[in-house]
Amino acid sequence: MVEQAEETAVRQSIVVRAPLERAFHVFTAGMSTWWPMATHKIGTAPMVAAVIEPHTGGRWFERGDDGSERDWGRVLAWEPPHRVVLDWQLDADFGFDPELHTEIEVRFTPDGADGTRVDLEHRGLDAYGARMAETRDRLGSDGGWAGLLRRFVEVTAA
Amino acid sequence: MTALGDPTRQAIFERLAAGPRPVGELAEGLPVSRPAVSQHLKVLKDAGLVVDRKVGTRRLYQVDPQAVADLRAYFDSFWDQSLAAFRDAAEQKENDDG
Repeated sequence: MVEQAEETAVRQSIVVRAPLERAFHVFTAGMSTWWPMATHKIGTAPMVAAVIEPHTGGRWFERGDDGSERDWGRVLAWEPPHRVVLDWQLDADFGFDPELHTEIEVRFTPDGADGTRVDLEHRGLDAYGARMAETRDRLGSDGGWAGLLRRFVEVTAA
Repeated sequence: MTALGDPTRQAIFERLAAGPRPVGELAEGLPVSRPAVSQHLKVLKDAGLVVDRKVGTRRLYQVDPQAVADLRAYFDSFWDQSLAAFRDAAEQKENDDG
């Protein structure tokens, strides 16, 4: 039997006053200009760039100011300027986990004369669930995502 | 073996993410015994990820909606803020790499 499935994706849309090609370019090649690098990184070195290699199968990684590189995932689909799909492989502790896969699909659509609608879906979040039991074991009794995220904030803010 | 690397537990959780199931249905197609599946379910329950309830004579297991809701709330918030920052970058004068 199958009852209501748990929704394991989040979706966000935004319209930007920029043409299609520029919106795609800023999202991908210009990711360092908008990614919250101060808080959302996994390396110990200060993060200076978020890099998406511009082809299917390309790496997605962060670069530290010491030149170190830390993988975040892979490019699953590269279709400029309309669509990019990324494999996000950071676990609940924001460490790289080669066995973990969640997908981020971003679509870019012309909106009006000089605008672009951006639709983002981050799906497969249930993949985290299977890891959460172990993560909680390691984090002690402060279970739940609130606890994980507090720890995440602590770790990344350090 | 760590729970993190346990593919059976992951398979069980992924099946539950698709909808509530009784233990017998979860065990079908998995290369482990039904008692082993029950043991994995206990770990998931103790971690607050899975809840169970009785429906008639059966016991149904399902992903704890609150755990998933917390997870979705986190990513909703993250992408909401990040896309706003992206919009600001995209709408700036084309004077940088963006």
